Amino acid sequence: MADHTLDAKGMNCPLPILKAKKALKEVPAGGTLEILATDPGAVADFQAFCRQTGNELLEHSVDGDIYHFLIKHTAA
Amino acid sequence: MSSEAQAVQDAVSAAPVAAPETKSMSIIVTKGSLDWAYPPFILATTAAAMGLPVTMFFTFYGLPLLFKKLDLQVTASGNPAMKMPMMGGHMGLPNLVTAIPGVDAACSVMMKNLIKKKGVASIDELREAAVESEVRMIGCQMTMDLFEYGKEEMIDGIEIGGAATYIECATKADINLFI
Repeated sequence: MADHTLDAKGMNCPLPILKAKKALKEVPAGGTLEILATDPGAVADFQAFCRQTGNELLEHSVDGDIYHFLIKHTAA
Repeated sequence: MSSEAQAVQDAVSAAPVAAPETKSMSIIVTKGSLDWAYPPFILATTAAAMGLPVTMFFTFYGLPLLFKKLDLQVTASGNPAMKMPMMGGHMGLPNLVTAIPGVDAACSVMMKNLIKKKGVASIDELREAAVESEVRMIGCQMTMDLFEYGKEEMIDGIEIGGAATYIECATKADINLFI
């Protein structure tokens, strides 16, 4: 179970990233943030976001139209 | 070497290796139509979310993007690539038609409806996000004089500056964009 969940369904670029960055502030270091999104562009974007910020993308998957991401808050 | 100097040297060699320097970005914003307002604000907010310090320099027709009240319009005039989804296809307008009064307004309403329907942020929202993430915004003094705009018309928290202010920032930035 993630420490925090962000529902970014229906949002388009760059809102899922902006909301995720904000939501990460609520997640303690080492904790996890789960994100649900419908934007297919979010798949590449969350990978790039995590590489750049130093947070860890633990998993990403797709279930029908819903993309699911799990980010570990490892960055400062 | 004195023990004091030795202690300093030990402390220095034990210090963690400095983190790679933070990258930063600057954008010159020169266009203020509804469509052209998107790229600078999307990139600025995203870069800020990714940890980059960002500076936006608003000049000429980009300056009104700093107004408290935004009234952004789009025009198909001179833009044959602008095609809107319509009845399963895509429709563009011949330039002659775009000159008819009311066509730009209709195009703007259509675009704003699409933006809402597709979950795209409004420019107001993106600008708010930029302010919140401490994006540095500079209004061009010369443009304000030229087009007779006052700082009281602009949102709070912006700076006013000129070319030298921008250049100083750009020389330190890793990414410099002109939009």
